[in-house]
Amino acid sequence: MANASVAAPKKHKGISYEKWGYFFIAPFIIVYLIFNLVPLLQTFYFSFFEKYTNTATWETIERFVGFDQYVNLFTEGRIFSYLGNTMIMWVMGFIPQIVISLLFAYWFTSVRLRLKGLGFFKTVMYMPNLIMAAAFSMMFMLLFSNIGPINEIIKNFTNGEAFAFMGHTWSARGLVALMNFLMWFGNTTILLMAAMMGVDASIVEAAEIDGCTSSQIFWKIVLPIIRPILIYVLITSLVGGLQMFDVPSILTNGKGNPNDSTTTLIMYLNTLISRSKNYGQGGCVSVVIFIICAVLSMIVYYFFTDAGVEKREKRKSFKIAKGGK
Amino acid sequence: MATSKTKARMNAYDEDKSIGLTIHRIVCYVVLSIFAFLAIFFFYLLLINATRSHNEIQTSLSLLPGNNLLINLLGDKSGNSKFVGVLNDPNLMILQGLLNSLIVSGLSALLSVYFSGMTAYGVHVYNFPGKQAFFNTILLIMTIPTQVSALGFYNLMNDWKLTNNFIPLVIPAVAAPTVFFFMKQYMESSLPIDIVEAARIDGSNEFRTFNEIILPILKPAFAVQAIFSFTASWNNYFMPALILDKPEMKTMPLWIAFVRGRELATLNFGEVYMVLALAIIPVMIVYFCFSKFIVAGVTLGSVKG
Repeated sequence: MANASVAAPKKHKGISYEKWGYFFIAPFIIVYLIFNLVPLLQTFYFSFFEKYTNTATWETIERFVGFDQYVNLFTEGRIFSYLGNTMIMWVMGFIPQIVISLLFAYWFTSVRLRLKGLGFFKTVMYMPNLIMAAAFSMMFMLLFSNIGPINEIIKNFTNGEAFAFMGHTWSARGLVALMNFLMWFGNTTILLMAAMMGVDASIVEAAEIDGCTSSQIFWKIVLPIIRPILIYVLITSLVGGLQMFDVPSILTNGKGNPNDSTTTLIMYLNTLISRSKNYGQGGCVSVVIFIICAVLSMIVYYFFTDAGVEKREKRKSFKIAKGGK
Repeated sequence: MATSKTKARMNAYDEDKSIGLTIHRIVCYVVLSIFAFLAIFFFYLLLINATRSHNEIQTSLSLLPGNNLLINLLGDKSGNSKFVGVLNDPNLMILQGLLNSLIVSGLSALLSVYFSGMTAYGVHVYNFPGKQAFFNTILLIMTIPTQVSALGFYNLMNDWKLTNNFIPLVIPAVAAPTVFFFMKQYMESSLPIDIVEAARIDGSNEFRTFNEIILPILKPAFAVQAIFSFTASWNNYFMPALILDKPEMKTMPLWIAFVRGRELATLNFGEVYMVLALAIIPVMIVYFCFSKFIVAGVTLGSVKG
């Protein structure tokens, strides 16, 4: 190719453009180091030091305590119940989300059904994902409060007695899960749809001719083929679930009512940082969340790089072909 | 896709099972419509309630707008109630909040698409030593939430006297791993290196090539990512809650939290819904203008199927 022949003599003259890459990635690296890595290391550091501010003198006292704060954190045990809350609410939202999304993605991509109005449904279902979670949650609080319109309806059946949605563990968790479901099912549907469109139509067709039923095609052919995307959706959703904060925090005014049953890990962290200023305990909680996310991100990473193998292989052979000419 | 032969076969197939298929289709449309309705219902209700009075909202659900829009916004001057409206409430600085949100989100969006796009370009075009390691590192950190470093971040910003300042909310947007990843994917599929080489032959320096030739080509991808960054920053509650506490600096999610903190019995629901509506309307407008590109961008940002 012409370009290759032009580029080759340039290299002989010793003009190399490759070093320019460093200038292009420099701002990213510098900002990442200052605003992410340094704070992250500092967070780790705090988890090993007892640090508190004497509010009378504004003096900060620091003392190395090793793993003491971790021992405290785990023996006190609140972190386990908050992790439990977070996971329970995530699962309660995720199971309907993945079921509905799989079903819708299957319908949308089904050659046999050939549904119309895909664009409309996708647009409408994705919208809640972009709307401010805080506003959504505040609205739910108003709708489901004891004096809200939902309870006005309930009162007709219960002789004027309101059902305290925010006063019962499972209804409060259910509201959080419902909001998470509504916010994410459209997003997941779109992702799974893209995955299912990648399934070779001829395989499905062959199965149909061989007399497979719809459900057999779905469970035995489509699902195994899109498994990598399913794992990706599962893990990114899990990482997102671990960060659950806006919805339960606004719904319960940061209190995790009733009885801390909707307090998530990040709500706990937020309290430790901004209210109780307990940097040591906050550091430990951060490290625990970091480790969980790091493990999950390793899985995504291996998944990505496995998925990228084919592409890289293709690029390599392209380069060889280019060099050969 | 289906060839004419398979299409003919499908048609024959359809006729065989046409009644069953029609029923199946109807079931699909009904279920899809129910969920589409669920997705949009609450936001519709939110906007409707912003136009109704406190008493109307409390006593009944309605799908039709009321006529309290201006009263919720500006207050009731005619009646003898003390209701002042969202914009005149001395404790709520909603216009300032909207402006703050706009500044923070706008700047974040610009910085993240420009610099993270530039980083993707650097990795895409140049073969510098350490490139693969850099790319892998970004992949690894992509799923680590910012909350885990929030404690150190908060402490650092305190030390630098940057609390109640927009800098901690805006500058970190320069390093946005997800924007980087999206742009890298996009460039791989639609930015041939030949363009860069042609620009070099014409004597364009490397940064000029990026700013004047590459940016216009990639404008659609940049726009979609700018919208995603903008909404993420607009809706962000966790970080601003740590950094900002002065009323004149608060962004919209913080005002919602502020309203949430008030005693339920003292709330004027018309006013509250108006605050919520003002908080979500800007993103809604953006979404309805660009929904086609946004929905298409959802899949591009992740793994390809």
